[in-house]
Amino acid sequence: MATKVSMNGVSIYYGGFKAVDGVSMEIQPRTVTAFIGPSGCGKSTVLRSLNRMHEVVRGGRVEGEIQLDGVNLYAPEVDPVAVRRTVGMVFQRPNPFPTMSILDNVVAGLRLNGVKDKATLTARAEASLRAANLWEEVKDRLDKPGAGLSGGQQQRLCIARAIAVEPQVLLMDEPCSALDPISTLAIEDLIAELKREYTIVIVTHNMQQAARCSSFTAFMYLGELIEFAPTNAIFTNPTQKRTSDYITGRFG
Amino acid sequence: MTTAAQTQLPGFHLAATPAAPALTDAEGTVDTAPDLTPGSALRRRRDRTATIVMWSSFALAMVPLAWILLTVTRNGIQLLTASSWWTTSQRNITASDAGGGAVHAIQGTLIQGAVTTAIAVPLGILTAIYLVEYGRGPLARGISFMVDVLSGVPSIVAALFVYAVWVTTFGFQRVGFAVCLALVLLMIPVVVRSTEEMLKLVPNDLREGALALGIPRWVTITRVVLPTALSGIVTGVLLGLARVMGETAPLLILGPYTKSISTNLFSGYMPTLPTMINQDRTELGLATAVERMWATALTLILLVLLLNLCGRLVARKARV
Repeated sequence: MATKVSMNGVSIYYGGFKAVDGVSMEIQPRTVTAFIGPSGCGKSTVLRSLNRMHEVVRGGRVEGEIQLDGVNLYAPEVDPVAVRRTVGMVFQRPNPFPTMSILDNVVAGLRLNGVKDKATLTARAEASLRAANLWEEVKDRLDKPGAGLSGGQQQRLCIARAIAVEPQVLLMDEPCSALDPISTLAIEDLIAELKREYTIVIVTHNMQQAARCSSFTAFMYLGELIEFAPTNAIFTNPTQKRTSDYITGRFG
Repeated sequence: MTTAAQTQLPGFHLAATPAAPALTDAEGTVDTAPDLTPGSALRRRRDRTATIVMWSSFALAMVPLAWILLTVTRNGIQLLTASSWWTTSQRNITASDAGGGAVHAIQGTLIQGAVTTAIAVPLGILTAIYLVEYGRGPLARGISFMVDVLSGVPSIVAALFVYAVWVTTFGFQRVGFAVCLALVLLMIPVVVRSTEEMLKLVPNDLREGALALGIPRWVTITRVVLPTALSGIVTGVLLGLARVMGETAPLLILGPYTKSISTNLFSGYMPTLPTMINQDRTELGLATAVERMWATALTLILLVLLLNLCGRLVARKARV
């Protein structure tokens, strides 16, 4: 299931603007890798390039090579839709589909890709909701609208929705920034469980969160990857001055 | 530098909490409580004036609407209570006769409305989807401009255009379908513009959420974006339908009135409610014709109202 992601000289553009400059790194399977850095440093942009969501934005363009277990994601014969089925994503703001019930939300990725068998769908829905630690809270109201849940539940619903299509990599773009501390804790516990099966990449503004849940941390600044190392090393013994300045709060 | 980091981390020790600043300024004098009242009497007066102006504008705008509804209802309700109004046509009934019904005109209006909708709604919605979801560059700008132009075309011009194509160029007869074509021209811009607005209101988060699940773009649009915007789109379609059902110019030019039931879109004249009103308008000296005219007008209003209610019901059902 889990997959290694490697980036080699990745530069990412918005039209003529170069937002990310020459990032090279290897993301290990079944680990949590966190991206930290000040707003606008390009960490979300890097994340969105990993499942070809960056090109959805007008003028979005990626140069360099991103490989998933050795397969170049940006090779001309690669279908971006297939990439997104393999590399799932959870967004900053919970975005359940408002016209769908909780159940329909979870299986949306399957059903809208042609899976019709009811038994398969309900089984997968239950498994995904259990994996997202949401099953006990919603099992009696699966037919109620997904938008009626609390913010933290909605975000776990979105995580369930993302893992229902059985991706190999799970990208999370500040998944807790719109949530209260208790919901944040629930999501972090969930991340710790999910990393047994998935390669997880998380963007966060919260350095404690990066310290708590990731094995590796990448620090980005002004579109460049400044330092990428085991999380312990980054937070206790950073090799770059800008990294230590940032994590000690001297700038950023 | 690294030593600083080592002592600081992990744990992110908080700096000592600074003492609460005293309520004194640089000279050491204690600040007085802030004055929160100045200007508030004036503001309250302005607020009240603005409220009054808005409410009276609203009341003023309601006057003609209420007036029309009341007058039409008072003058027309009598005939509508007779069952023959809903079951018979005006066949063999002269302007000076009482009685007869409007079923021929109701049928004509409904058929033409349905056919017009069937043509204009797919075209309009697909155009709006193109403009919002796909359209970039000169083609989209050109289409958008053309829709603007089309929405400014007077109905008589649309009717004459269809007349020029249908009758003059192709030599066809004046039939119900030609009326529908003219009405399509009038309905498309309404549908495009309202659908466009509704699609723009759908948050981009939803599109991205669907795309990130590996759902192809067209499925995202048909299964996520359109359902989310559905109730607004239905409202827009109904507004467009209400507009074309009350149109008269294309009917007068392309689909003259007849007193008998005629449901064939491709042969013979087709009676409609607006042309029925126009027919009785030529006999204003006769009390029977005048009463029939009011009743027809009321029927048209009720029909549009009914369609609106149905549409809203459908939209609400589909949302859940």
